Amino acid sequence: MTVHTPQANSFRNQPDDQGHFGRFGGRYVAETLMPLILDLEKEYRAAQADPAFHAEMDDLLKHFVGRPSPLYYAPRMTEHFRALAPDGKGPKIYFKREELNHTGAHKINNCVGQILLAIRMGKTKIIAETGAGQHGVATATVAARFGLPCTIFMGAKDVERQKPNVFRMKLLGAEVCPVTSGAETLKDAMNDALRHWVANVNDTFYIIGTAAGPHPYPELVRDFQSVIGKETRDQMLEAEGRLPDMLLAAVGGGSNAIGMFHPFLDDPDVEMVGVEAAGYGIESGKHAASLTGGKPGILHGNRTYLLQDEDGQITEAHSISAGLDYPGLGPEHSWLHESGRVKYVPITDAQALEAFQLCCRLEGIIPALESAHALAALGDLTARMDEDKLLVVNVSGRGDKDIFTVAEHLGAEM
Amino acid sequence: MSRFAATFAKGPALVCFITAGDGDTDANLDALVAGGADVIELGMPFTDPMADGPAIQQANIRSLEAGTRTADIFRMAADFRARHPQIPLVLMGYSNPMTIRGPEWFAAECGKAGVDGIICVDIPPEEDADLGPALREHGVSLIRLATPTTDTARLPAVLDGSSGFLYYVSVAGITGMQQAALSSIEDAVARIKAASDIPVAVGFGVRTPEQAEKIARVADGVVVGSAFVELVRDHGRNAAEAIREFTASLAQAVHTAREVA
Repeated sequence: MTVHTPQANSFRNQPDDQGHFGRFGGRYVAETLMPLILDLEKEYRAAQADPAFHAEMDDLLKHFVGRPSPLYYAPRMTEHFRALAPDGKGPKIYFKREELNHTGAHKINNCVGQILLAIRMGKTKIIAETGAGQHGVATATVAARFGLPCTIFMGAKDVERQKPNVFRMKLLGAEVCPVTSGAETLKDAMNDALRHWVANVNDTFYIIGTAAGPHPYPELVRDFQSVIGKETRDQMLEAEGRLPDMLLAAVGGGSNAIGMFHPFLDDPDVEMVGVEAAGYGIESGKHAASLTGGKPGILHGNRTYLLQDEDGQITEAHSISAGLDYPGLGPEHSWLHESGRVKYVPITDAQALEAFQLCCRLEGIIPALESAHALAALGDLTARMDEDKLLVVNVSGRGDKDIFTVAEHLGAEM
Repeated sequence: MSRFAATFAKGPALVCFITAGDGDTDANLDALVAGGADVIELGMPFTDPMADGPAIQQANIRSLEAGTRTADIFRMAADFRARHPQIPLVLMGYSNPMTIRGPEWFAAECGKAGVDGIICVDIPPEEDADLGPALREHGVSLIRLATPTTDTARLPAVLDGSSGFLYYVSVAGITGMQQAALSSIEDAVARIKAASDIPVAVGFGVRTPEQAEKIARVADGVVVGSAFVELVRDHGRNAAEAIREFTASLAQAVHTAREVA
């Protein structure tokens, strides 16, 4: 018998073989789904060991998605924050340009990986949940590419506030199923996707959009998104000859953040900050900051930090960003939070809106409202970092989908 | 002899589900017993009932909007136990409300309230390191679910640590939607019986005395849920008489099933 000894002092050897990140994660699903997710895990292990799987994935990422995405030095944002910072402070700011991917966000990285798994497993139908619609569009895109029928579950409120993405999904041949239970947002879309899945386990593959849900989803989504961090590492070494000093990313479910962070977790000099959506402010109670304002519990197949009351009833999240409007986050973030390896800070709707406009005007880049939350943390973070330090923000998506929401908040007529 | 063992020893049992805090729960529980229910499942409402169809989802929402708290459910359970010393009472729900104060707290409250068993929809055997042992410590049965996707290789893991009875979910799906073919139910029950002598109750999609009677011929119990919850939806706080009548029609069918056969 061989004894498995985990690498000492590593933040990169999670989860354990039961899918636990410390006390988080796991497989809290109905019995009907359990055999299926055990199969998925087996198939994922086989794919990991199969060079043909990696070759097909790499080819699609290069020619279909358009990777690698650029690592862009943002000169005017750098100057702007340097001017506001105390003397000698204000690091060089780089953007990891995930918004330049096909479909306009990081979501496609994961969808390419999962649809290849679906095909390996012989599944013939695809379902997904979506909040902002980016994951729905990415799923509809890969489903069209591989000729599989696709149903997207989307909260009715999100259908209303993300009309361009709804139409995109329909153009791509997907059926969009508006969900009218609960608050009609991402959490409710995930409930209905799970309900559909449990009734169609034999032929249906569920492409979960974030690094959450039952094991092995948090692990495999992280792995598929880790291309972001791996590229960032190579690109920064090429540009500056050293690793970045700080990584910054927004956290809803947390897939763009974990994808950027994970390859750097064992580099002790690389600081990492995740940004949670604070809505109208933590004290208002109307927010989506589950680490800052929640506590550990079980929802959607995993144990993680959740917004909930003392009886364990889940409370409604609020964020201007539909992609962050979820009362939980991926289990690995809960673990990284408690271990102290990653720091998480809250950013309000108003702060995100301001950063959204700043990025448009200073860099000629319209960021997604999700990414604008990360950009909004730059003021505080850059003020304490020396000029010769390097900071990378994950611009996880583009903001074209958000212009109607932003216009409404700015009182502009469209 | 446990209440479960005594109940299932008498022949096929009618297992009835209602959602706690939806309508006049105390009166509805009494109506179930008066109509001839053998086992009661009292649903603990949850904001995100992922395994439930529209009928029970709506019942959860009605209950939570009426202000139902976990403490109220234990009060209902304790009062039920005082009024009906012999009828097995099961709490059924989702893991977060059950474990939020710690599995130990929940198990102790169940013990104090006279609850006989727990059905937790989203804790499979793989995640049962805490809740199952805590319940056993307090003499409360953990009733597991087996489904059409639980194959013969997996069945022992599901049976290990199960007690009271096994709930066979006859369709891969959510509550209240469609019903399985009798032949597939018969095969599944035979497969479970070959692996264990635990009583097997069959549910999901059972709505009529005719369906209940057919299942009672091949299983130890028949579970009816959504149909009761819909009576509460339609009659509000005055559902007791309709519940008693419907229960009586089901009980008649279930209790005479073996004689008819």
